[in-house]
Amino acid sequence: MVQAINAAVRLPPLWLVYAAGLLPAAWVWHLGLTGGLGPEPIRALERELGLTGLQFLVAVLAVTPLRRHTGINLMRFRRALGLLCFFYVAQHLGVWLFLDLADPRLIAADITKRPYVLVGLLGFLVLLPLALTSTDRAVRRLGAERWRQLHRLTYGAALLGLAHFAMLVKGFPVEPLAYAVLVAALLGLRALPPRRART
Amino acid sequence: MPSRHSKLAWSDVTPKHVWMTRRQILAAAGAAALVSPRDGRAGEGTGASLEPNTLEEISSYNNFYEFGTDKSDPARYAAALTTDPWAIEIGGLVERPGTYDLADILKGKAIEERIYRFRCVEAWSMVVPWNGFELRALLEQVGVRPSARYVAFQTLFRPEEMPGQRLPILDWPYVEGLRLDEAMHPLTLLATGIYGETIPNQNGAPIRLVVPWKYGFKSIKSIVRITLTEAEPPCTWNRQNPREYGFYSNVNPAVDHPRWSQATERRIGGGLFAPRIPTLPFNGYAEEVASLYAGMDLTKFY
Repeated sequence: MVQAINAAVRLPPLWLVYAAGLLPAAWVWHLGLTGGLGPEPIRALERELGLTGLQFLVAVLAVTPLRRHTGINLMRFRRALGLLCFFYVAQHLGVWLFLDLADPRLIAADITKRPYVLVGLLGFLVLLPLALTSTDRAVRRLGAERWRQLHRLTYGAALLGLAHFAMLVKGFPVEPLAYAVLVAALLGLRALPPRRART
Repeated sequence: MPSRHSKLAWSDVTPKHVWMTRRQILAAAGAAALVSPRDGRAGEGTGASLEPNTLEEISSYNNFYEFGTDKSDPARYAAALTTDPWAIEIGGLVERPGTYDLADILKGKAIEERIYRFRCVEAWSMVVPWNGFELRALLEQVGVRPSARYVAFQTLFRPEEMPGQRLPILDWPYVEGLRLDEAMHPLTLLATGIYGETIPNQNGAPIRLVVPWKYGFKSIKSIVRITLTEAEPPCTWNRQNPREYGFYSNVNPAVDHPRWSQATERRIGGGLFAPRIPTLPFNGYAEEVASLYAGMDLTKFY
């Protein structure tokens, strides 16, 4: 079973993974431009793009525990998943900047006055160096160890993203908490001894 | 008054001939100075415009957490809500307490059309052509005792029909309150319809409050209890987070919600490239209601 999955993982060309990852964006923009996102498309677009970004981040965090505890190896997709996460978060930020507020004074006021905006922005700034150092050349230039250390910032980005989500929800934050539990589980699994060590 | 479940259909208690046309009511409202003169002009580029949203927009983008927190949840789940029979328990400091059947409440009330701006605390807004009657008429029917100073309202609690109530999103049932002078104000409406038709379940059927100068969450939906009190009644969002939601919650562009600015709003229905528009003090009804708060520090009593 695990071997079959690992064999299947090696099949698709990587451009196909990127293309598949871009489909949700294409779909949501299509809906937004054709009236398919309901009466408040800006808010819906913002939400969908942000949520998809968070989902790709969860997928990135799942790669290591999956390999350690089940033997399923999705390493080949990890860079694509990370870059897709960045791409969605960047669009999320772009919609907020250019469609939602679209006024430098409103943007400045929101960043300075509203903690959840600042937290979200910090999350993006943490993702930025990770996206910029995602090429093979950057890995070589930094050296594997420094690159790995830098990319531990992924955990920070996840925590900032979750906090951003939880802080903007009204009422009891059911959905953000569900994501928080998922992320906590994926981080917690890293602390457990890997499968082979236990057998 | 004892409860008796009427066998009348909803359409029987709100006959079509009672509904005024928009033109008539606008003229009537204008004469009574209920709608500020500014509304006559389109108010292009501000929150003042009174071009109603479509029924589709009004009934598909709702905050009614009893059905779920997503804006589309109420439209998706509210069909399961039983709105007939319906009664409101009216009590507290009133002359004639009791359980009033909806038909008894509507009897003798002229249903008017009122086109009001509706401003959500989340900084979006709509214009809604409500059908309803002034809350004042109901309060006069039951007789307000002189010692009453506030009016408390409660929404139906029925988790088997309202899936959101199965989650601890808010402290159910939803409760709200008004000061008596706010409740008696001629702008304060009990709405039973939109666009001349029965109010959609997701908009608070069969009867809801509409207080157009306050943030939308004050306009409590699907009311089952009205209590006249001497002390300020609890309000759900105020209890949930007193720093963010005050008892008064008057629309005020100068007092920001801690998590977002209230200076501007987006009118629903403008599409992907709709700009924000400036929010007006008291949602544009300052002329009619600002005097209610004379001498009060509105940054303190938000």
